[in-house]
Amino acid sequence: MATVDLRDVKKVYPSGVEAVKGVSIAIPDKELCVLVGPSGCGKSTLLRMIAGLETISAGTVAIDGKVVNAIGPTERDIAMVFQNYALYPHMKVYDNMAYGLRNRGTPKDEIDSRVRSTAKVLELSALLDRRPRELSGGQRQRVAMGRAIVRNPKIFLFDEPLSNLDAKLRGQMRVEIKNLQRTLGVTSVYVTHDQLEAMTLADILVVMNAGLVEQTGAPLDVYEKPASTFVASFIGAPPMNLLALTGSSSGPMLADGTAIGFAAPETQAVTLGFRPEDADVTFNAEALPGALVLPATVEAVEPVGAESFLHCAAAGSRIIVRVSGRATAKPGDQLRVVAKAERLHWFDQAGKRVD
Amino acid sequence: MAPQLAITLVFFYWPAGQALYQSMLRQDPFGLRTRFVWFANFRKVLADPAYLNSIQVTVVFSLATAIVAMVVALLLAVMAEKAVRGKGLYRTLLIWPYAVAPAIAGMLWLFLFNPSIGSLAYLLRSLGIAWDPLLNGTHAMILLVSAAAWKQISYNFLFFVAGLQAVPKTLIEAAAMDGAGETKRFWTIVFPLLAPTTFFLLVVNTVYALFDTFGIVHAVTGGGPGKATETLVYKVYNDGFVNLILGDSAAQSVILMAIVIALTAIQFRYVERKVHYG
Amino acid sequence: MIGQSPLRTFIAHAVLILGILIVAFPIYYTFVASTHTLQTILRPPLPLLPGGQLWNNYSEALFGGIGRIGGVSVGQLLLNTTIMALGVAVGKICISILSAYAIVFFRFPLRMTFFWLIFITLMLPVEVRILPTYKVMVDLGMIDTYAGLIIPLIASATATLLFRQFFMTIPGELVEAARVDGAGPWRFFFDILLPLSRTNIAALFVILFIYGWTQYLWPLLVTNSNDMNTIVIALRKMVSFADADTEWHLVMVTAMLAIVPPILVVVLMQRWFVRGLVESEK
Ligand SMILES: Nc1ncnc2c1ncn2[C@@H]1O[C@H](COP(=O)(O)OP(=O)(O)O)[C@@H](O)[C@H]1O
Ligand SMILES: [Mg+2]
Repeated sequence: MATVDLRDVKKVYPSGVEAVKGVSIAIPDKELCVLVGPSGCGKSTLLRMIAGLETISAGTVAIDGKVVNAIGPTERDIAMVFQNYALYPHMKVYDNMAYGLRNRGTPKDEIDSRVRSTAKVLELSALLDRRPRELSGGQRQRVAMGRAIVRNPKIFLFDEPLSNLDAKLRGQMRVEIKNLQRTLGVTSVYVTHDQLEAMTLADILVVMNAGLVEQTGAPLDVYEKPASTFVASFIGAPPMNLLALTGSSSGPMLADGTAIGFAAPETQAVTLGFRPEDADVTFNAEALPGALVLPATVEAVEPVGAESFLHCAAAGSRIIVRVSGRATAKPGDQLRVVAKAERLHWFDQAGKRVD
Repeated sequence: MAPQLAITLVFFYWPAGQALYQSMLRQDPFGLRTRFVWFANFRKVLADPAYLNSIQVTVVFSLATAIVAMVVALLLAVMAEKAVRGKGLYRTLLIWPYAVAPAIAGMLWLFLFNPSIGSLAYLLRSLGIAWDPLLNGTHAMILLVSAAAWKQISYNFLFFVAGLQAVPKTLIEAAAMDGAGETKRFWTIVFPLLAPTTFFLLVVNTVYALFDTFGIVHAVTGGGPGKATETLVYKVYNDGFVNLILGDSAAQSVILMAIVIALTAIQFRYVERKVHYG
Repeated sequence: MIGQSPLRTFIAHAVLILGILIVAFPIYYTFVASTHTLQTILRPPLPLLPGGQLWNNYSEALFGGIGRIGGVSVGQLLLNTTIMALGVAVGKICISILSAYAIVFFRFPLRMTFFWLIFITLMLPVEVRILPTYKVMVDLGMIDTYAGLIIPLIASATATLLFRQFFMTIPGELVEAARVDGAGPWRFFFDILLPLSRTNIAALFVILFIYGWTQYLWPLLVTNSNDMNTIVIALRKMVSFADADTEWHLVMVTAMLAIVPPILVVVLMQRWFVRGLVESEK
């Protein structure tokens, strides 16, 4: 049972760097909150303030409604999985997992039964007598998880726990972490810079940029309605196509002068966006009312197997279109990119979404 | 932390301050009165022919020791790199002298080379060399340098071996494909890459020869014959503890400190550079 | 690996063996001398092979030699030297690991000032400040005490620097993992830091043990009474090249006894010693 409430949390490092500039997040019990954002945006700093490893410059962090600003990490009853795992190199797997329990004075036989049952869940039973350097990367990762789980804490904190694994293992562990978190029902905060990881894991997705929250919400809501151009281009791969608009008396125009043919929802919209999968290409010249139509030249074709990505030059920018199966277009082809009007996104001068 | 600070203060800063203060005092011949004389002691010391002689002795001794110890060690290290088999055994046998106290090293060499009972002195004499380190200053110096360098070979050897191992094998292979023969490879590739190690060892060996060899001088020649082997450190000791000229001795101490600080500064410049170039 | 001609390999081995002959010969010959009678030694050249007096000489030096070195038994000298070497090694390691711990893992006012205070001492060997340090020892009544032999040599910064360097390579994550696991500063020190420093401690121990064992100038100054002498100093007092009374066979035995313990330490702990030496001094 635990909720986490961040209220206007700020962090200024002694060096003067303002890493977190006022962040408020409420995480309900048993939910997994993912902080995602580019490197250096303050995710780790925020996580470490929740952990109690970093002092809080302003604002409050509350666990279960109780402000914990002045409480050390031990008393906050949290467990953390680090990017480089931070296993104690001189201790066996068993002792790595038992160490936190021992420090809390847990009776010996209880430690033993908890370590063994956790090891069983994580399929570590055969490795308990090994030292960290005798384990593979994936196994170390599991031990780091085990060390967190065995303590049965109120909150799990993860700082890019999968970023040292290869792509395949990362995919597996992602699913496993999600399942574990759901079965154990422990409130969790998970930091990553990988938007795919963020999308698949999160109950609540928090997109951060430059020390501030850009958007909070369910992953698919964030994907469907990105609150800003930053979120639009950060979430989703390949990113959303963004085209600059110039206003004119006859309605909005693209930067190269192409009229878009219908009205924008708001006059102050200066950027138009659509996702690669919300567009298609056509070689025909028929009129398509109610759609955005852009004459384009194919510059490159990336076949990925089940789908292909066409990189095109259109309206003075680069845009990417996803087509399913194999693409018939070749580099150099002239064609038209068509995006449905109801799938267009509009952003204002400040990059904020307008509807 | 606190204990180290306390010890440092009592046994280091206090004495260093004392040395500085002492170096500006002069006692009358009967030790009855002490006067503050500013830098007179330094002037006196630096004008003293015995001190100048001692500087010369020290320079000769230090350079000779450093060079001999490093050349021999480098040669052995290069050979040890080539001898694929037995490397470990050679190393084990070569590091012994590191554990021998300089004073004992000196005594062992003196035992071998002293004119009355030394077996190797006997050998030299039977080869027609009038060998007598107890009377001939040059011979005494040669003996000291041998003993001091002998003791230091182990240390240099270990560093050169480490340095050689750090030379990327691919570089040597590339040079071999460029047609450089083995000797040429050594002088054009390996030796330049060893430069940091060599430089480091040069400083360390000089410091060693300046200070750690007091025991050798004291045990073997006592600075003699005449003052042919009176090094700076020996003279500090001799003036301070044997002749009891405190002011002069303190002034000499301060000069020595300045020398060490200069050497250390050089060494740190080097360390810094190394950090920069990874 | 580039192949090399058998001749060159042969030369390499030949040079190495010659080197070992030079390096090991003085020690070997000391051993040889320690197994011959005084008469044999006094008539050079000394044979290249050990003589038959091993037992006689060693037992005389160890058990019958009272009175020879100012009335002090070799056992007492070895004890003094061992105490000094161990004291210097253990004391320096304890003190410097604690200081390094404080400097690296704690933030407190004047931290860097303290660091530099200690660091500067690194630069000045005891040899250049003997006189004033000696005076301090006299004032504190530490002449002819083990404390006097040991403590001033503990106060140098080499070991502190080494530990500091090592501690700084310990990832911050590990420190934080321990905090999250509920380990306070002391627990962290004993459960994590100390075990991780084992190799470094072993290496430093060898280096410092040798350092303590081979000290010369300092024990020469702070010991007046013969029964506080170290074996190195006593050996020096036994030898007189000018006068024929020197009992060379016993001197040689004593020399062997002074040389062998540190050599054993170095050779037996070679692996750590070499690593520690090359790493620490870089
Ligand atoms: N200990 C520190 N002292 C000073 N600045 C720091 C410290 N840790 C991080 N920063 C700075 O704070 C900002 C955010 O860092 P961090 O939270 O680690 O970002 P992220 O985890 O999102 O990549 C960065 O600009 C970083 O340089
Ligand atoms: Mg981070």
